[in-house]
Amino acid sequence: MTAGGVALDLRGIHKRFGDTIALDGASLSVASGTLHALLGENGAGKTTLLDVAAGLTRPDGGALTINAQPVRGHTPADARSAGLSAVHQHFSLVPAMTVAENVALSSPGLFRTFSASDAAERVRAIATAAGFRIDPSALVANLPVAAQQRVEIIKALASDPAVLMLDEPTAALSPSEAADLFVWLRAFVDRGRTVVFITHRIREAMQNADVVTVLRSGRTVMTSAVRDTDESSVLTAILGEAPIRLHGTPTRNLGSAAAMTPVLVLRNSTVIDAGGVTRLSPLSLAVHAGEVLGVAGIDGGAQHALLRVLAGRRRPDSGTAELPTTIGFVPEDRLHDSIIAELSLVENLALRGAGKRHGRIRWSDLTNATRQAIRGFGVQARDEYAPASSLSGGNQQKFVLARELADSPAAFVAENPTRGLDVRAASDVLERIRSARDRGAAVVVYSSDLDELLSIADRIVVCFGSSVHETPLDAAVIGRAMVGAR
Amino acid sequence: MKPNMASLLASTGVVTCALAVVALGIAAAGYDLSGAARAAVEGAVGSPFAVLSATLKRTAPFLMLGLAVAVAFRAGVLNIGAEGQFLAGAAAACAVGLFATPVLGRATLLLEIAAGMVAGACWAGIAALLKRRFAVAEVVSTLLLNFVAANVVAYLVRGPLQEPTGAYPQSSMLEPIARLPLLIDGQRLHAGFPIALILALATWWFFRSTAAGFRFRMTGSGRAAAASAGLINVNAVQMHALIASGAIAGLAGACEITGVTYVLYEGLSPGYGYTAIAVAMLGGLHPLAIVASATLFGALGAGADAMQRNAGVPAGFAVVAAALVVLGVLAIPRTLRLLRPAWPGRP
Repeated sequence: MTAGGVALDLRGIHKRFGDTIALDGASLSVASGTLHALLGENGAGKTTLLDVAAGLTRPDGGALTINAQPVRGHTPADARSAGLSAVHQHFSLVPAMTVAENVALSSPGLFRTFSASDAAERVRAIATAAGFRIDPSALVANLPVAAQQRVEIIKALASDPAVLMLDEPTAALSPSEAADLFVWLRAFVDRGRTVVFITHRIREAMQNADVVTVLRSGRTVMTSAVRDTDESSVLTAILGEAPIRLHGTPTRNLGSAAAMTPVLVLRNSTVIDAGGVTRLSPLSLAVHAGEVLGVAGIDGGAQHALLRVLAGRRRPDSGTAELPTTIGFVPEDRLHDSIIAELSLVENLALRGAGKRHGRIRWSDLTNATRQAIRGFGVQARDEYAPASSLSGGNQQKFVLARELADSPAAFVAENPTRGLDVRAASDVLERIRSARDRGAAVVVYSSDLDELLSIADRIVVCFGSSVHETPLDAAVIGRAMVGAR
Repeated sequence: MKPNMASLLASTGVVTCALAVVALGIAAAGYDLSGAARAAVEGAVGSPFAVLSATLKRTAPFLMLGLAVAVAFRAGVLNIGAEGQFLAGAAAACAVGLFATPVLGRATLLLEIAAGMVAGACWAGIAALLKRRFAVAEVVSTLLLNFVAANVVAYLVRGPLQEPTGAYPQSSMLEPIARLPLLIDGQRLHAGFPIALILALATWWFFRSTAAGFRFRMTGSGRAAAASAGLINVNAVQMHALIASGAIAGLAGACEITGVTYVLYEGLSPGYGYTAIAVAMLGGLHPLAIVASATLFGALGAGADAMQRNAGVPAGFAVVAAALVVLGVLAIPRTLRLLRPAWPGRP
C-alpha cells in the first residue's frame, strides 16, 4: 500500500428514489494506490454509491471528491475527466458490433481519426497492457459472458483512469478467471492506481482487498483494513445481526425409493449451434427424483446447452430427451430470459405457462398467486403491481424462483441462481432449492462458485469444452476436470 | 384503463403545440388565420353534418387502421404496410361486389367484407412468409408491398375491373344492395363506424383478457423472456400478429369501398395507412385510446378539407400538423404518453 492521498472521497451521500431511500448519508473514502472492497446486502446501496461516483446518478445531498478535486457536475463525462471509470454489472455493449467498435463507441474522443484498423490496434494495446487476450475484431454477440466483461473493462481503461470502480466484476467469471482478474487489479494498483470493487463474496474481498467498506441500509457501517478484521466481523457488519451460516451441508436423500426414479433422461443428446459448432457432445445422463445434480464448468463450456436441454428450452439436435411436462427454469440472465422489467409482477408471473394457456386469462387468480409468491418467498416489493424493474436484483431472483417453483414442478433447473445476490438472499435461494429437492423434484444447478456447488449437490458433472463427465464430490478433482486435466 | 393526468396533459400539450406551429405557418404564408381557423372548426365540429358526414366518416378508416397497426406493434412486429393491406382489401371487396351481386343479392355484403379481410391477411401474409422463410425484415417488405398494391390497383382499374365504357381508370359503382348501410338519412356516416368501434372493444378485450392476446403483448415486450420463461412460440405469434393486422387493414379497405366511395380508383387512400401509424402511436397502442386519437385525426382531416374549400388554405397544412403530433409524441417520455396502457395486472 502506498501512503498516497485520498483518491476518492464520498461524504454524506443521500439519495432517494421515490419512496425508497437508497443512500442515507453513506461515505466512502479510498486511499490512492489501494484495492478497496465494497460489501453489503442487496439493496444496501452499493451500486447506487458507485453510480453517484461515476456520475450516473445525481445525489440528493453530499460531497464527492476525486483526486482531491471536488466534482460538481454529475455526468459520466465529469467523472471520467476527473479520472474515474466504472465497469457496471450489467453490460452496455452493442452485440452486433465488434469489440473495437464497442470500445470506440464509448470513448469517441480517443478515436478521432477512427478507422477499423486504428481502433483494433488501440484496443489490442489496451487489452495487452491489461493482460487480456481478446480479438478486437470479434463480434460481441459471439463472445461468452466473461469475455464481454473484459470488453467492459477495456472500455473503462480506454480513458486511462486513476480510479477504477467495478460492480461485481467476478460474478460472471470462473474461479481461475477471477483469480487472474485480481492479479491484474493488484498490478494496476501497484502502478499507483486505485480500485474499488463491489462484491458479495466476503472471502474474495478478504483475500484480495487492502481495505473493506460495508454498507447497510444506505449507511456506511464499517471501514477497516483487511489485516485488522476477519470474515465473521465483516459478515456481522453486513447483516447487522448474528451471522448465518454461509453454506449449508447437503442432506442426502439417497436410499429413499424416489431417489431411483429417473425424471430427466438424456440419450446420446447433442447440441449444435447455428454456426455448426458442437456445444454438447453425445451425452447420456439421468437426473433422479430427489437429487441435486451439480454442474460445474468454466465459461464457454457445455453447461449452457446442457441446462437448456434439461430444462426443455432447447431440443437436442440428435438423440432424445425425456422430460416431464413442467420444468422450473431459472436462467442466468434474469432480465433477458426470465422477466420483463417494464411489466408488473402479476404479468411476469402470468408469463410462466403463457405458451400453453388457452381461452381467457383469470387475472384475479393470477393476482392472488402473485401475492402468495411475494409473501411465500419474502420478496420485497411495493405490491403485486410493481414493475419488475423496481425490485432489487435479489428480490427479482426470489420472485423468479417463487414463480418457477409455484406449481411444484417435477424438475427444476437453475443456472447460477445466486449470481449477484448477497449472502442472506443467496442462502435463502439455496434453501429453497434444497426444499424442492426434498419434496422429490429432480434438480439441476449450475454454479460458477465451486463452494456453493459442493454445498448443494448430491452428484457433480463437470463440463469441459463440449463434453460432460461425472466426478466425485471433491473440489480438487472437480477443479482439475474444469480445466481439462484428468 | 386509467388515463393518468400528467400523460393526458403532455399529449394535449403536444397536440396544442402542433396546431400552434401550423397556425403560425398559415399566418406566415399570408393567409387569413382567423378565417382559416373558423372554417376548420366549422368543417370538423360546427354542425351535425360536419361531425357525422365529415369527421366521423373519416374516423372509421383511421380507427380500423390504427387498430391494425397497434395489433402488430404490440407483438413487436413493425407492420408499415397497412396502406397496401387496405388497398388489397378494397380491391378484393370491389371485385366480389361487382361479380357476385347478381348471384347473391344482399348476402354479397358479407362476402365483400370477408374477401377484404382475407385479401388484407394474404397481403400481410406475403411479408410474414418472407420473414419466416428468408428472415426479411417486415419493416422493409410491408413498406415495399404498399407500392406493389398501389400498382396492382392501378392495373385493375384499367383492366379487369374497369368500368364498361373504358373512359375512366376506375371500376363500376357497387349496386346499392352491395353497400354498407348509411346510419342516418342525409348523412354520410355508414355502418363501418360502429364496426370500427366494436373492433376497438374486441381488440381491447383480446389484449386484456385472452391468453392469445397476452402472448402477443409478451412477445412484443420481451421476446427472449417470452420464449424462455413463457415457452411461447414467438415466431408463430409474430406471424399471427402480422396476418391479423393485415386482416383488420383489409376490413378497413372493404368498409371504405362499400361505405364511402362505392368505386375502386387509384387515389382511394390518401395515405390512410401511414397516418394510421400516427394514430396508433398517439393512442399509446391502446385500443380504447386509439378511438380518441382516430377521432382527433378524423376531425383534423375534416377541418383541413373545409379550410381548403372555404378559406383557400391548402389542406397540406393538416399533414404537417399530423407529422408534428407524431414527432411530439415520440419526444415525450414513454411514461407520459397519452393514456398509457394500463392492462390488468397493473395498477
